[in-house]
Amino acid sequence: MEILDQFMLGFGVALSLQNLAYCFLGVLLGTLIGVLPGVGPLVTISMLLPVTFGLPPVSAVIMLSGIYYGAQYGGSTTAILVNLPGETSSAVTCLDGYQMARRGRAGAALAIAALSSFVAGCIGTLLIVALGVPLAGWALRFGAEDYFALMVLGLVAASVLSHGDMIKALAMVVVGLLIGLVGTDVNSGVERYTFGLPELADGIGFTVLAVGIFAISEVVTNLEQKEAREVFTRNVGGLMPSWSDLKASFLPTLRGTAIGSFFGILPGTGPSISSFSSYMLEKKLAKDPSRFGQGAIEGVAAPEAANNAAAQTAFIPTLTLGIPGSATMALILGALIMNGVQPGPSVMTRNPELFWGVIASMFIGNALLVALNLPLVGLWVRLLSIPYRWLFPAIVMFCALGNYSLNNSAIDVYLCAAIGVLGYVLAKLKCPPAPLVLGYVLGPMMEENIRRALLLSEGDLSIFVKSPISLAFLTIALLLLVSMALPAIRRGKARVDQEEASAT
Amino acid sequence: MRTSIFKNQDALAGLLFMGLGALGFVFALGYKFGTTIDMGPGYFPRILSLVLIGFGIITFVRGLRDCMPVEGGWAWLPLVLLSASLVLFGFLIERLGLVPALAALFFVSARAGHEFKALEVLALTAVMSVFAAAVFVWGLKLPYSLFAWNF
Repeated sequence: MEILDQFMLGFGVALSLQNLAYCFLGVLLGTLIGVLPGVGPLVTISMLLPVTFGLPPVSAVIMLSGIYYGAQYGGSTTAILVNLPGETSSAVTCLDGYQMARRGRAGAALAIAALSSFVAGCIGTLLIVALGVPLAGWALRFGAEDYFALMVLGLVAASVLSHGDMIKALAMVVVGLLIGLVGTDVNSGVERYTFGLPELADGIGFTVLAVGIFAISEVVTNLEQKEAREVFTRNVGGLMPSWSDLKASFLPTLRGTAIGSFFGILPGTGPSISSFSSYMLEKKLAKDPSRFGQGAIEGVAAPEAANNAAAQTAFIPTLTLGIPGSATMALILGALIMNGVQPGPSVMTRNPELFWGVIASMFIGNALLVALNLPLVGLWVRLLSIPYRWLFPAIVMFCALGNYSLNNSAIDVYLCAAIGVLGYVLAKLKCPPAPLVLGYVLGPMMEENIRRALLLSEGDLSIFVKSPISLAFLTIALLLLVSMALPAIRRGKARVDQEEASAT
Repeated sequence: MRTSIFKNQDALAGLLFMGLGALGFVFALGYKFGTTIDMGPGYFPRILSLVLIGFGIITFVRGLRDCMPVEGGWAWLPLVLLSASLVLFGFLIERLGLVPALAALFFVSARAGHEFKALEVLALTAVMSVFAAAVFVWGLKLPYSLFAWNF
């Protein structure tokens, strides 16, 4: 069996002492920031990107992805114990998880959350293999025009499906594409938008952009409000869920996994919408919907399964096609590019140890998370008492040092401050930052592919409709755009956005 | 409901997009446009800038129609303090070394919080400086001096 060989290869990579250590560090950090409200995976991953520079790409991605899925676990702990979602994707878990805790069943809720997350994480990882391998094989046949069309589809879908206003999201994609153009043009050697600064000849650094847009503006946004965090540790109670709890959670976990896997693959949607949708589904399916909000165990199992499954399957388009669907995935892809791996379908054949090593590390990481979370719950909750006024200067320090250390250049730090200002203004004007980063990452690849396609077709634009693959991608992108112009669908989306907002 | 244009969320966003697009277009005029077969370095940027201006106009017009105000106040002071702390850090690390640069970063950025306790910040600076020195200078072996005098 070839696939077994691949798995053996993967586990061989993931079980090396160094990679185990990075995996452990990743999930530990992920749990930590999952517990701390106001410090999310985006901020943490952007802060730590510079540190991963110089690590082997496998180790870098193992650690960064550990942070990402670890945060989904940690977020549920505080949701259950103190009614405070550490991450937005855990907001729904508060509804029933906290009620269970108030009824003295915190231990059972935590255990069910961890178990359903573990099950969903493992199924999600298996799905990466099951869907990713054929997908990459298919994508290897893509021509330049198909790639261009796929990127257009990815960007359009991410803008249309994501939370909030579509036009602004699309505009942010274009801003990102333009920022991605800064630097020396590969084809002509002309320096674009560098303003004569030699530091900009290689473009605006990925970490500079990510840290400025996510970390700095996030910290400023958090500082707008007064700090109001109540801290109370309560008795967790027995960790063992009863047999009836397990039985009641079994099907909801599987349904949540299915919903999460679906939304995880789609660009623009992710853990938050998955947990919300699966909660709604369980409520509809329940014999007695009034139990929801009163400590129904299904209301913990399903959303927790959904957000973890989504966190895993989001890796499918990223690792196999090189097309990230969310900002976090764009960061992971950026880490790959930074460490010299050309993303795309050939990653699996050219760097099998990378692909399979990361997959194997996800199984290990998910198991580590269960071990980390349940016994150490008391410790995690005590971390909540760290005031934000200690945390944010430390975040700023990581941003400054991290960006400085990449090129030992103060210009990068100044640039990061400037992008932070832009990022904050854009955030205040409700312009979503994720499409910008997606555009920035895909911009150079898009330009290269459209140039190559039109060179081969001798300037004939009809090449994009002649290739059936490209035609299909562009048609779907167009349909998505048109559908948003239909009032009924737009109202429906506005309602979903609103319900999601009111649940959080 | 009338909202002043300076508080109108979408109108401001539209203006920002138009401004960025116009800047992008003007600078791209200096790069060769080329043809569709052989795109010059100016082709992609000019088209993108025009598209951005287009989105900016749509957003602006919708803003005038919907009049959605910006939510909450602007945290200008924290924004300025955080940016200043980054700039100071970049300026000082090459001249005075890592520790003074971090001290400046912590003391300026901590001012952005709602509470500022000098002793706490001092302790934080000390702990984080040791941490940064351990991780970056001794761990990752980056060539920074802890203290320096280069003017």
